[in-house]
Amino acid sequence: MAGFKSTERYIASRDLEVAVNAAVTLQRPLLVKGEPGTGKTVLAHEVAQSLGMPLIEWHIKSTTKAQQGLYEYDAVSRLRDGQLGDERVRDISNYIVRGKLWDAFEAEKQVLVLIDEIDKADIEFPNDLLLELDRMQFFVYETRKTIAARHRPIVIITSNNEKELPDAFLRRCFFHYIRFPDRETMEKIVQTHYPDIRKDLAREALNVFFQIREVPGLKKKPATSELLDWLKLLMVEDLPPDALRSNEKHVVIPPLHGALLKNEQDVHLFERLAFLARRGN
Amino acid sequence: MFSHLVLGLRSAGLPASITEYLTLMGAMKAGVAEYSVDDFYYLARATLVKDERHLDKFDRVFATCFKGLEPTDVLKVQDLPEEWLRKLAEKFLTPEEVAAIETLGGFEALMERLKQLLAEQDSRHQGGSKWIGTAGTSPFGAYGANPEGVRIGQDKSRNRTAVKVWDKREFKDLDDTVELGTRGMKLALRRLRRFARQGAATELDLPDTILATAKNAGSLDLKMVPERHNTVKVLLLLDIGGSMDDHVKLTEELFSAARSEFKHLEHYYFHNCPYERVWKNNRRRHEEVIPTWQVLRTYGPDYKLVIVGDGAMSPYEINMAGGSVEHWNEEAGSVWLERLTGHYRRSAWLNPTPKQSWGHVRSINMLNDLMEGRMFPLTVNGIDDMTKELSR
Repeated sequence: MAGFKSTERYIASRDLEVAVNAAVTLQRPLLVKGEPGTGKTVLAHEVAQSLGMPLIEWHIKSTTKAQQGLYEYDAVSRLRDGQLGDERVRDISNYIVRGKLWDAFEAEKQVLVLIDEIDKADIEFPNDLLLELDRMQFFVYETRKTIAARHRPIVIITSNNEKELPDAFLRRCFFHYIRFPDRETMEKIVQTHYPDIRKDLAREALNVFFQIREVPGLKKKPATSELLDWLKLLMVEDLPPDALRSNEKHVVIPPLHGALLKNEQDVHLFERLAFLARRGN
Repeated sequence: MFSHLVLGLRSAGLPASITEYLTLMGAMKAGVAEYSVDDFYYLARATLVKDERHLDKFDRVFATCFKGLEPTDVLKVQDLPEEWLRKLAEKFLTPEEVAAIETLGGFEALMERLKQLLAEQDSRHQGGSKWIGTAGTSPFGAYGANPEGVRIGQDKSRNRTAVKVWDKREFKDLDDTVELGTRGMKLALRRLRRFARQGAATELDLPDTILATAKNAGSLDLKMVPERHNTVKVLLLLDIGGSMDDHVKLTEELFSAARSEFKHLEHYYFHNCPYERVWKNNRRRHEEVIPTWQVLRTYGPDYKLVIVGDGAMSPYEINMAGGSVEHWNEEAGSVWLERLTGHYRRSAWLNPTPKQSWGHVRSINMLNDLMEGRMFPLTVNGIDDMTKELSR
């Protein structure tokens, strides 16, 4: 069967491949969770690319309503047209604005829908989409029409775990938790992103990176995306690998740490540790 | 075919359902896993586990089902964090024993040794003086004779489970790290708020009217809502002390979050069963008591009475005069409870313990009878039923 595999740009572990393939085969949504920056959103892009499907992205905000993904009825412009005596006003379907899911259902070929950060929305949001995602159809109340998917789209949903999702919703999904990559995988990831990076620089950078992740009490541990940004900076600045190697055993503030440590408490914590380590020597 | 896996998961407390099982079978049929055991493991995991907190439990159950290992008691076994052990030690050890521990090199050394032994040991052990097990003289294990003994697990838990617990499992850290029940509590709050608006739709709802009129292309469409009465008055009686403390905190927070929806919200504490006195300040529970008669006189029958308590006590505390564990009560708890439920037109008992276990506790049955069946579990559904009952 045609399945999803790691690509030149995206390293997927075997369990992720199985989960994606199961979701594609059975045409059920795949729910992806994991630390921020471990490539949840990128996954959808890569799956769409490797399966050769158009990608429809639906980014969820705290104000997003489930209905907006289906359709919206633009009452205000109808009211205005009604007052101006426009002929369009007689047909209510002129004022139905399609949502992302409608687009996906009506598409000529099978598409991939990404519902990004579903946990940002209201607590009832997943419940409101249960039937729509299960049957892949919905009813337009204003025009009394049922919109059913021509080809069941593949749905990938990401969550950052800010809210718990209802059981009924979870039951209909496949689930994958992206674990933080181990050193070996991380080397592969770096290799795929920057094939021409100097070996010694990458090694030193990874040492520093995993050291930082080990530091207890960090508010936001740097993740894959931060590492990749940082490496890019290091390459642009053309720093020698020696600049990363510390004479002290434990901690040192790495150059260009702004890419790795994203808030000042973490930087402070780090500076303090570095100071203590130096004094200890 | 793999029903024992699903059943095993369910008995370990994972909410795997038939739908998910059928999905798994469907995926197997479609050849997603083909003939690889690893792929089957990944597939089963993606299908049956929906929360990273459960991944660890899943690994354990999967191992039991497909490797023929001894079953582990997944529900009872917990990881033993050092702090917990330390606390346990402080609680159970006398000063002499603590001193005896010092002879072995202090608590840190003891813990270090424990970790070492766990690493070395790979089979169940009983007796002897070095290995961790039961009835031995080694410092670790249950029912030991060594004063430095650290008891691993309670009840019938054996050391073999402890070894499994300490086994390195990849998703261990994810187990139960997220605050539990936030979603449930938010929903409960919504239900509780709904309690305030009742009656017929008599008030003009301006925003909704504007919206409906606009939708109607300019012709007027009136929308009404029930008047917000805000007449609900709630009297909370909370069982406090011991096992109830966490629940009490939760309930108080829940009700005070919904406070703006009530006209009055009063709370008093009692212990186990309401008697002739209650109190407002738990720290001064013996000095500042308020006679229950006074509560009955102050708050009229239009208050809704909500009693929160686990109801687990000796039956004497309910039906005998002088049965209270704290003081001499002239009249039995049942008399007071009847007095309370008789005075207030609407009353209910919220019980934070799971409903399934109520049948096994005699005192809960007695209380439920006294409440005429108006005892509800402290869950979203329970609160829903309670508000329905109270606003009838």
